Amino acid sequence: MSDVVLALRDVVKRFGDNEVLRGVSLELHRHEVVCLIGASGSGKSTLLRCANMLEDIDEGSITLFGQSLEDRRVDPNLVRRHIALVFQSFNLFPHLSVLDNILLGPVYAMKRKRADVRDEAMALLERIGLASRAQEFPDRLSGGQQQRVAIVRSLAMRPSILLLDEVTSALDPTLVGEVLDLLRDLAASGTTMLIATHEMSFAKDVAHQVAYLEKGVLVEKGTPDEIFTHPTHDATRVFLERVR
Amino acid sequence: MFVGRRGLAASSVSTALLVGAIVLILFVAPGGAAFRYYFFNFHDMRVAWDGHASQGISALSHSLFTNVWMFLVSEVLVLLFGLSFAWIRISHTPVLFPVRVLVTAYTDVFRGVPLLIVVYLVGDGVPALKLGFVSNQSPSIYGVVALTLTYSAYVSEVLRAGINSVPHGQLLAARSIGLSQSATMRHVVLPQAVRTVIPPLLNDFVSLQKDTALVSVLGVIEIANAGQISASTLFNGSGLVAAALFFLALTVPMTRLTDHLIERDRAKRLAGS
Repeated sequence: MSDVVLALRDVVKRFGDNEVLRGVSLELHRHEVVCLIGASGSGKSTLLRCANMLEDIDEGSITLFGQSLEDRRVDPNLVRRHIALVFQSFNLFPHLSVLDNILLGPVYAMKRKRADVRDEAMALLERIGLASRAQEFPDRLSGGQQQRVAIVRSLAMRPSILLLDEVTSALDPTLVGEVLDLLRDLAASGTTMLIATHEMSFAKDVAHQVAYLEKGVLVEKGTPDEIFTHPTHDATRVFLERVR
Repeated sequence: MFVGRRGLAASSVSTALLVGAIVLILFVAPGGAAFRYYFFNFHDMRVAWDGHASQGISALSHSLFTNVWMFLVSEVLVLLFGLSFAWIRISHTPVLFPVRVLVTAYTDVFRGVPLLIVVYLVGDGVPALKLGFVSNQSPSIYGVVALTLTYSAYVSEVLRAGINSVPHGQLLAARSIGLSQSATMRHVVLPQAVRTVIPPLLNDFVSLQKDTALVSVLGVIEIANAGQISASTLFNGSGLVAAALFFLALTVPMTRLTDHLIERDRAKRLAGS
């Protein structure tokens, strides 16, 4: 297919003797939302980190817009501007105001003028209803607000792909909704996303494709209907029954 | 802060009692009068402060500038070297391996050897090498070198601890928004690391300021040495106390200012705007 933006082929990743990814292949198309599901330790996070070049892969290949990331000339910092990663634990910078958290990337990685980016950042904060908190520090915000700021911080880099690593797992249950709403909103506006998540009903709603990982193997991939209602593998069925 | 009326009264009384007890000792001790005359004689303090050329007493008011420039220059150098050494020790670049070993050995040695001995080794040793320009510097320059050597070792360890205390997730987040390694260091890691280590860093700087007095063993007439000269000339130690007051006048305001800045930063982070 021509509009493949990210492609993993037979990716193997080991930490010492521990093989965390065992030949995973996966494609992500423009405007597509793919959800990765699977138990903790199944390799979802590692897969996202490899795509973000925070980890080197041991075998296989990852291509971003047709460019192989294993090419030694590839600058990881440039790659990360196109493929942003949002973490489970937000990781906002505690010494910077909400606004400065968002401006840091555009100003120091993209070398854009602060005054130019400011309006964009404020518009993003407006979108998540936190414009009035721009000058406050992250410690003052609730977990859900912090995670939304973290997502917006990534969006400020105008990435082509957004990777989300269990972004609601560290949240109080009452705060999960506001973050998922933002993701739905992003999906509706055509943002390309690869989402590792434990929120099955959300995945069912939003994903175009769902991929089930188990022990570093991509067991099966299909539409939410195929995976959630008619899984072809026993492993998938067992997992879904357990989380239900 | 938050001291109610009763708390205020209690703290005033206890402070008065403590100070009173210390002053009382100076008055009731058998040698109290002699002690007060020897260390708190304002006339001799004045003579030491202004100096007395014909008696060979160097003015404290003049020699204090030697301490000031020595610690100012040392502190800047210590920060630069301390930071570089900390940076080298936490880096994982294979190419830097021998440098890392060297820096580790350096830190071990200079934290372990008493500063006084380092002052002698540099101040007497380097001139003995007869290396032209390098061996022809004034003793106070060698003093600055010795202070920098010792305190860079301390400060690099303090900064290294601070850098290591920044959660790994902060680095990941910085890298994931495309910041280069140096930008990550400058805008994310160091600002957080330095905030954490300001109190121990201040400790080392206060200590460094006082240790400028050790350079006197090289014959440099800094303020403690000038106080000592006045003491042996006038047979009165009040000049030494005057020198001590100088160090206090330097470090106490600095400590209070830092406390204030830390508190302000903390309040800013927690306050709504």
